[in-house]
Amino acid sequence: MKRERYKSLRTLPREEPLGPGGPLCAGCGGLLALRLFHKALGGNAVFVNAAGCCTLLATYPFTPLRSSWIYTAMASAPAGAQGVRDALDILAEKGKLGAGDRKVVVLTGDGAAQDIGLQSTMAAIHRGLDFYYLCYDNEAYGNTGFQTSASTPYGSRTATCPIAPLSPRGNPAPRRDLFEIWRAQKPPYVATLSAAYPLDLAEKVFRASKFAGPKLFIALAPCPPGWDVDSEWAVELARLAVETGIWPLKEAVHGEVSHTFVPRRFKPVEQYLSLQGRFRHLFEPKRDDAAIALIQGAVDEYWKAARPGGGRAPGETP
Amino acid sequence: MSRALLTGNATAAWAARLAAVDYVPAFPITPQTEIIETLARWIHAGEMRARIVTMDSEHSMLTAAGAAAATGVRVFTATSSQGLLFGFEMLYAIAGLRLPLVLVNVSRGPAHPLTLEPDHSDVLSARDAGFLQFHAESCQEVLDSILIAYRLAEHERVLLPAIVNLDGFYLSYTREAVDLPAPEEAGAFLPAFAPAYPALCDPGSVAFGAAVLDSSLYTYFKHQMHLAAEAALQLYPEIAAEFASRFGRSHAAVEPFMLDDADYAIVMTNSFAAMGKAEVRRLRSEGKKVGLVRLRMLRPFPHAELRRLLAGRKGVAVVDQNISVGKGGVLFSEISSALYGLADRPPVLLSFIGGLGGRRFRPGEFDAMLERLENPPADTARACWLFTEEEAREIERLLAIAGGATT
Ligand SMILES: Cc1ncc(C[n+]2csc(CCOP(=O)(O)OP(=O)(O)O)c2C)c(N)n1
Ligand code: SF4
Repeated sequence: MKRERYKSLRTLPREEPLGPGGPLCAGCGGLLALRLFHKALGGNAVFVNAAGCCTLLATYPFTPLRSSWIYTAMASAPAGAQGVRDALDILAEKGKLGAGDRKVVVLTGDGAAQDIGLQSTMAAIHRGLDFYYLCYDNEAYGNTGFQTSASTPYGSRTATCPIAPLSPRGNPAPRRDLFEIWRAQKPPYVATLSAAYPLDLAEKVFRASKFAGPKLFIALAPCPPGWDVDSEWAVELARLAVETGIWPLKEAVHGEVSHTFVPRRFKPVEQYLSLQGRFRHLFEPKRDDAAIALIQGAVDEYWKAARPGGGRAPGETP
Repeated sequence: MSRALLTGNATAAWAARLAAVDYVPAFPITPQTEIIETLARWIHAGEMRARIVTMDSEHSMLTAAGAAAATGVRVFTATSSQGLLFGFEMLYAIAGLRLPLVLVNVSRGPAHPLTLEPDHSDVLSARDAGFLQFHAESCQEVLDSILIAYRLAEHERVLLPAIVNLDGFYLSYTREAVDLPAPEEAGAFLPAFAPAYPALCDPGSVAFGAAVLDSSLYTYFKHQMHLAAEAALQLYPEIAAEFASRFGRSHAAVEPFMLDDADYAIVMTNSFAAMGKAEVRRLRSEGKKVGLVRLRMLRPFPHAELRRLLAGRKGVAVVDQNISVGKGGVLFSEISSALYGLADRPPVLLSFIGGLGGRRFRPGEFDAMLERLENPPADTARACWLFTEEEAREIERLLAIAGGATT
């Protein structure tokens, strides 16, 4: 991706739109993604939130955001965004809106985005709603104690897919590809993000801002308690997910996909998996080569298929 | 002012138009569809200045409704039955966020068994959510109640949403002559929406519905909602009186009918009360001292008014068009609790379940009610289900065809 706005970390906005002291876990990747996202977006936004960890941000009487906030329900933040957007437009038409337009942002976890809220999300995209949608993807229902969601990857241990004699590999299904589900509707902009790549992230928010209509972002969000890692590993894992090819950084403009960052050399997936308690059973007490090969195979397949679209095969140098 | 022959549904649409609502999120369900179709027609023809959006469900519809109200516009929407139940989570959210919008419910029994006809179980299930609740008997009352509901809901001491209920089919598709105020007259009674608190459109950070995990804060906010509903009860007569002085129609929270010297009272709600009134008139002509009490406002519950009207009667029959399974009629419970502690409370209070799924009251059933009031059974807490021999025989016949047991 050719950078148009953010050439170095120093070019990122200085203002902190998100105050400190929230009750989220130390090292929460979702919070980090939100902070960077909001920095790039600027102030004067209305965040429309679905139930999840980020709901705890605004704990009465505090709100950590420079922007406004409305909590809806787990299923329907995109419908809430519709109401806010429409009302703002109505007020603008009547000349009742103060200076500057407000952006409307849906903020949800992967469980809300992929499962209970998929219907309202699809409907908002279909209606061409002019909004931003940030899904912080910790690959499970984080807030309720890390249960399996449709985003949970194959082989992950979760609270509802425990490692047990009848389920030695944890979650048996591959993660559902939300990027592709969104892209199929050809909204003007869809992207994946990683908090370990702040310039890529900020640049994408900036590029998206030029489009009217749905602007969708999925940020991989390492979750220390759920992933069973120490807090200081969050950013490193966000980076490794990209470096191993597990989390491709990409965007789709009107459905056309391009990869915005392709590592020179892909690291083996086990470097990413082995650091996390949720995948420990794939390595201890006995290494599960078949499962690891399956996960590696899926990543290799992905990148093989991605090549015509501008990606590079694992191990290939540019 | 003009006069038009309108269905209950069309009247509800007219009320929204006269209330100059800005926003209508919608989702279809029989028998409510005519309301949103009428509004859609007007809005798309440029006859009414508002925005209508067809959402993906009632849950989304109510979410959008609440979010728009929070942002600072006047919102109207409508549903029925399973639509109301599907959006249920958002009823609590909208009321808890203190967003004053109006939702019309066209009563229809929730499945199963499936019916398109009225049964108030849908709307009564919403009675604890924090919505004010009005139940209309006539098309005219649908119009008036919606305008009054906005005034009350938006009052700075109230700030609670309201449901206006009308019976499916009986009112939704019945045409009656309705007086329609001119837009200026309606506007004089219900001025343009001015949100009471800084909304999401104001600069700076505003948080709506922030997480409250502390039990005492949670209790405090619930208590505030309760006080707001009580304030609505106090304010209602004032607003209804102003409405009456402008439009000449008075709408008490509880409406007495031929009650002055009545020994016995029958309590009803909604459009079926019109059938009840006709029966009361007939019984009166036969020299029976019976009257009727119609509850127009169910939330906040008009305790004092109801007590005043029922105190000293020999017997009261409550007709419920709903069933709280395993308990009985909802209104019966509500009225029993309202009368408990009243020194001269009626010694006999009986429960009747009727009108479910649109079942009409049969001639003679009101005589039976009165007879039961005069000679009460031992167990007065048990509901009496209104049913005729003929209906029972027909049911047996159908059960036999289906291969079911006949009892
Ligand atoms: C209708 C409904 N069902 C269940 C819940 C309980 N709930 C609260 S948060 C949550 C998990 C959300 O998961 P996700 O969207 O992935 O966000 P995260 O918790 O990971 O931030 C659940 C199931 C709820 N709030 N509402
Ligand atoms: S549980 Fe995970 S997603 Fe939730 S706050 Fe903690 S780190 Fe963040």
